[in-house]
Amino acid sequence: MEEYMLIFRHQDGNAVASPEQIQIWMKQTMDWIGGIAAQNKFVAGNGLPFADARVVRTKNSKPVVTNGPFGEIKETLGGYIVVKASSIDEAVEFAKGSPVLQGEGNSVEVRRIAKGDGIH
Amino acid sequence: MANDKLLPHLFRTEYRKIVSVLCRHFGFDHIETAEDLASDTFLTAAQTWGYKGVPDNPVAWLYTVAKNKAKNHLQRDLLFKNTIAPELLNDSSGVHEIYIDLSPDNINDSQLQMMFALSHPSLSPEAQIGLSLRILCGFGIEEIADAFLTNKETINKRLARAKEKLREEKIAIEFPSPSEIDQRLESVLKTIYLLFSEGYYSTSSNATLRKDLCFEAMRLCTMLVEHKQTDTPQTNALLALMCFHASRFDARIDQNGEIILYHDQDTILWNAELISKGGYFLHNASTGNRLSSYHLQASIAYWGTQQSDTVEKWETVLQLYNHLLQLEYSPIAALNRTYAFSKVHGKQKAIVEAEKLNLTGNHFYYTLLGELYGGIDNKKAMEHFTKALSLAKTENDKKIIQRKIDSLR
Repeated sequence: MEEYMLIFRHQDGNAVASPEQIQIWMKQTMDWIGGIAAQNKFVAGNGLPFADARVVRTKNSKPVVTNGPFGEIKETLGGYIVVKASSIDEAVEFAKGSPVLQGEGNSVEVRRIAKGDGIH
Repeated sequence: MANDKLLPHLFRTEYRKIVSVLCRHFGFDHIETAEDLASDTFLTAAQTWGYKGVPDNPVAWLYTVAKNKAKNHLQRDLLFKNTIAPELLNDSSGVHEIYIDLSPDNINDSQLQMMFALSHPSLSPEAQIGLSLRILCGFGIEEIADAFLTNKETINKRLARAKEKLREEKIAIEFPSPSEIDQRLESVLKTIYLLFSEGYYSTSSNATLRKDLCFEAMRLCTMLVEHKQTDTPQTNALLALMCFHASRFDARIDQNGEIILYHDQDTILWNAELISKGGYFLHNASTGNRLSSYHLQASIAYWGTQQSDTVEKWETVLQLYNHLLQLEYSPIAALNRTYAFSKVHGKQKAIVEAEKLNLTGNHFYYTLLGELYGGIDNKKAMEHFTKALSLAKTENDKKIIQRKIDSLR
C-alpha cells in the first residue's frame, strides 16, 4: 500500500460563494473524506486558507515577500489530503469523488508520496 | 442490609481498597501477600461475625483487622530477616513503627495510583482488564471467568502471568510525573473503556454481571473526574459516553439476557437520570482545544438518546462519524457511518458507500447490506442476510438475523 497526496487547486470559495454554499461544500467534503476514512484509507488532510497568505521569492539574490497567492486564480492551492491506495488508479478513483471538481477549471492533482528510504 | 448480603457487599466495596493500600505499602513484589491479607480479613469477619454478631461499624472493623494482620505479617517478616540475616539489623527501615494508613485520602490515592499501574502500556489489554477486575473492582475469579466466557484455571493463569509482568517491568504504584500524566491517563481511560465494553458488548448471558462491569468502569472514571489532576476534558467525555450507553441498559436486554435492537427498545426503560448525567459530563468535557474520539463517541451516543428521526439528528451523526473515522478507524464505526449516510442521502447512495467497505467476514457488514437492499432489491437483501446468518457466531445474533429474513418473506 502506497500513500498518495491529493492536492486541490481552486478559487477562493469565500470570494465566489455565499456562506450557505460554503457550508454545503464543507459537508460534501466531509462526507467524501468520511467515505475514504470508512475504508481505512485516510491518512491526513488539511485545508489551506487563502486569507493572510504570503509568498516568498528570490529577487536579485534576496528574499522578497509578497501577499498572496490570490484565490482569484483558479490554480491556487486550497488544501490536500493524504490517502492510502494500492495503485495510482485507486488514488485517482478517490480523487474523482472530490467536491472540488464541481467547479469548472478546478483540479485535484494526485501524487505518490516518497517513502524517505533514500530510493524514492 | 441483611447479614448474609452484608459481607459479600462489603467484599465488593472494601476488598479493593484494602488491597490497593496494602499493595502500595508492600509493592508489586508482594502483591499476593496483599491479596492474601485482604482475603484473610474477610475470612476472619465471616467467622467472627457469625457468632459475635456484626460490629457497629463493620468497615472500621475490617480496616482494623486488616491493619493488624498486615502489622503481624511485617513483624514476622522482620523477625525472620533479623534472625536469618542479621546484617539487616543495620537497615533502619525495620526499626520505626509500622504504620498502615487506611484513611479515606490514602485509600483514594492508592486506588488512583493502582489504576495507573494496572493500565501500564507494557501490559496486554487482557491483563489490564483481568487485573483491574480483580484488584480495582474486587471481582471473584469465577466472575471474571464468567465475563470472559472461560474457566477459572485460565483466569488464574492469566492473572499470575500479568502479576509476573508487573514485577518484571518494575511498575511502581505511584502518580506519573506531570510531564507523563496526559499520556499515561490515556492508557487508564482506554482500560476503563475496555472494561465498560467488556460488560456492554459481552456475550455472557449473566446480565447482572455485565451491568456490574459497566458500573465499575463508570465508578473508576468518576474517581478520575473527582481528582484534580485527572479531571480532564477526555475523562469527562468518556464518562459522558458511558452514561449515555448505560442509560439504555434496562431497555436493551430482555429477561432472557437477549439483546433488543435499538428500534425495538421500550424507551420508557431508558434511564433519564443517566442521560442527564451524561449531558452534564459532556458539557464539562467541552473545554480545551482537543477533540478526542471520546468526545465524538459521546456526542454520537447523545444523539442516540434522542428518539426523533430528524434530518438534523442524522446529518449531525454522519458528520460526527466522518470526523471519528479520520481520528480512529474501526469497522463498527465504518458500518454505523454508512447507516447514518443512508439516513441522510438515501439507500441507493449508501449501497455504493457500503460496497466499498469490503468488510467480508463481518456479519454486521452483511446485515447492513441486507438492510440497505431491503425495499430496493429484496432478492439481494435476502442473499446478504443469509450470508450474515452463516457468519454470525452467537445464538443471539443468529436470532436477530433470522427475524430479518422472516420479515422479508
